[in-house]
Amino acid sequence: MPPILTPPEIDRRKRHDEIREGDNGNGRRPPIDKRTGGNGEGDNWDGRPQGQRGPRERLSQVRIGVFFALFAVLMFFIAIVSAFFVTKASGHVDAYSRYINDWLPTAIPSILWLNTAVLLLSSIAAEFARRAMFHEHDVMDEWIGFGRPTSRRATLWLSVTLALGIVFLGGQWMAWRQLAAQHVFFRSNPSSKFFYLITVAHALHLFVGVGALIAALIGLHRSRRMLSRQILVDATVWYWHAMGLLWIFLFALLEFAQ
Amino acid sequence: MSATHHRTIGLGYIAISVVAVIFGTILSLLMRLHLSWPAWPLPIHGLILPEEYLALVTMHGTIMLFFVLTVAPQSGFGNLILPAQIGSQSMAFPRLNAASMWLTAIALATLLAAFFVPQGAPISGWTAYPPLSASSLAGPGQGAGMDLWLAAIALFAVASTASAINTLTTIVKLRGDGMTWQRLPLTVWGWFTAALLSVIAFSVLLAALAMLFCDRHLHTGFFLPAQDLINATLLQHHGDGSPLLWLHLFWFFGHPEVYIAILPGMGLTSMVLANFARRRVFAYRLMIATTLLIGFLGILVWGHHMFVAGLNPFAGSAFAISTMAIALPAAAKVLSWLATIWRSRPQFTTPMLFALGFVSLFITGGLTGPILAQPILDEYLHNTFFVVAHFHLIMAMAGVFGLLCATYYWFPLIFHRQLSERLGKGHFWLTIFGAYSTFLPMHLTGLAGEPRQYAQLNGIPGPATSLLAATTPLQLHITVSALFLACAQLPFLYNLIATMLSPATSPKNPWSATTMEWSPPGPWALEPEPSKTYRGPCDYADDGLTFTPQWQPGATPNPPPE
Repeated sequence: MPPILTPPEIDRRKRHDEIREGDNGNGRRPPIDKRTGGNGEGDNWDGRPQGQRGPRERLSQVRIGVFFALFAVLMFFIAIVSAFFVTKASGHVDAYSRYINDWLPTAIPSILWLNTAVLLLSSIAAEFARRAMFHEHDVMDEWIGFGRPTSRRATLWLSVTLALGIVFLGGQWMAWRQLAAQHVFFRSNPSSKFFYLITVAHALHLFVGVGALIAALIGLHRSRRMLSRQILVDATVWYWHAMGLLWIFLFALLEFAQ
Repeated sequence: MSATHHRTIGLGYIAISVVAVIFGTILSLLMRLHLSWPAWPLPIHGLILPEEYLALVTMHGTIMLFFVLTVAPQSGFGNLILPAQIGSQSMAFPRLNAASMWLTAIALATLLAAFFVPQGAPISGWTAYPPLSASSLAGPGQGAGMDLWLAAIALFAVASTASAINTLTTIVKLRGDGMTWQRLPLTVWGWFTAALLSVIAFSVLLAALAMLFCDRHLHTGFFLPAQDLINATLLQHHGDGSPLLWLHLFWFFGHPEVYIAILPGMGLTSMVLANFARRRVFAYRLMIATTLLIGFLGILVWGHHMFVAGLNPFAGSAFAISTMAIALPAAAKVLSWLATIWRSRPQFTTPMLFALGFVSLFITGGLTGPILAQPILDEYLHNTFFVVAHFHLIMAMAGVFGLLCATYYWFPLIFHRQLSERLGKGHFWLTIFGAYSTFLPMHLTGLAGEPRQYAQLNGIPGPATSLLAATTPLQLHITVSALFLACAQLPFLYNLIATMLSPATSPKNPWSATTMEWSPPGPWALEPEPSKTYRGPCDYADDGLTFTPQWQPGATPNPPPE
């Protein structure tokens, strides 16, 4: 089924009859999604070409981009996890015809349970920030110029997310230190290789998330367009959620599948 | 034009590919010259040593596959043409787009820098199989050169993923009014499928590269067997790594990669054949389906590169079946191409000739596919020139013909000038003759047992040399043909320069094309009118003269048969 429901053969208002109005989310039109097309002013948003249809057009574009990027990240971890299972099942036959499998499960530091809880909490805080950016009443207020209620609330929650995220990364660092104190290093054993590979790769992805959070916090203060602020927070939070969800799977793998 | 405009970026990608193709061609000619005359000293450099020959093989493959066959069709022409073809004025993320272009340029510079580090360029092939790629003990070039190779390919993987995300978002979200999925030209479907494959495959490659890097510098041994010796030195690591694991990860990327290289060319061939035959594309919806199906099957066949690498024979059988299954959508494509031009009166313009050349090379190269897909035949042929002939015809030559077709076809659109038809046709005949003359005899030398990736095949006493002596005349023929093929590009070069120096006189739509990029204001007009799409592409009347382009309002005079 074609995604565009109104066939263009049906005559709509001609383009050049329309006065071109800047529709960038900060113009005359309120930054609220009106899917019905027009709110009594003859906006005719349905009749506009792609990209100028409404304030959320750009937002959904960025979301699609983020989801494709997250799919690429998922494939990255699928590759590593499949290597994990292959290596776990690999062995060799020694000179005495004995089958040797060197895989010794790595004892997972219990601090990881705490870290997981922290990461979950950070995701909840992030979701509060994201929801705040789309609270219709406050968005209207902010757009009209009655203070910055949404940005202020989102700043608060994003700061909480950032703090919890840094706590998580600190916790991961402590887990690595604890293992190192027990002389379990990156190259000690096939299982420890994968423990470090997976946790470090995830931490690097989370560092990108921390960078995005900082960028979003700066953007909340600097950006003049309501829409840009919404997009920044929305994209960052989706990425953060995805990294949290990914961590739950990776943690379960390390904890239970070794 | 600003630095983030998709036209600038597309031309930037093309420039990267042009630099790469010049280097890659010179390297291949050096390989051929060395194979025919091993004692010939290269001026300034001197004799080509065996390890230097392997470096030539490695760098030729890497440069050509990544920086020419992936960059030019997917990113180069993708940026130049795709937005206009779907009725959009821009790509979805212009700044990300510019960033990936510059990252690709840096990746190429990093790769080429490998020639200038101590001990030179890497020698483990574009596939970089461990354990010999995992240690600098393995030979010259496997130290700093190999590290640069890893860095370059990692940068390239990141850039390609970002570029693919941009392409996918553009196609999903920025199609203009009336541009439904079924009205998308097949070129767009080619770009779409290739971008999907890029998102799936390149991050797997990135993971494998990261693990290989750890093996090289942190002694993890992901890909190294226990107690592995390289040049009598025991590699220090714990546990049982597996070189096969690298092969799995690499070819899970590598096979989709060759489809990334060829799918845009397939789409373009369909559209160009229909354009100059003044016909609709035969079985349009089926062609969309086969494009997606080729992409889907393309991720299920990686094991056919590993038949002789120690793969479980049962797995080999499964991969043989999935590989031969690709023959179905591929054959459907060939039949559609033939049916589209069957009993039409095609205009044999230069782009049409190159599209026909694409079909010809795709058939010739494709026919050896089912042969190599059988483990028992591949065991004999895998390390011979037969495989070189196969992939050079179906991927390299067909891919290049797609690129040349695109250049001749879209040149009036991009530069408002038409390339000389007389020179273009001469260029086509010389190129197709050179291509077949170079690569067809490789089937024969391969069947005779000529191994690939060997630095020297004659002049060394021994039974193998006397056995291969029979192929020496053919070898010489291949070398001469390769030189001829390279020289056959000189008229093209002259054509480009002469046309660019001439005044811009091309009509708006010189080919009577129907797709959106040819709509009147032009794709890069300063104040582009938002364009609407009214019908599917290739709406040509039976008289072969009148046609209704996608942008023309009104009812469709020749509705497609449902």
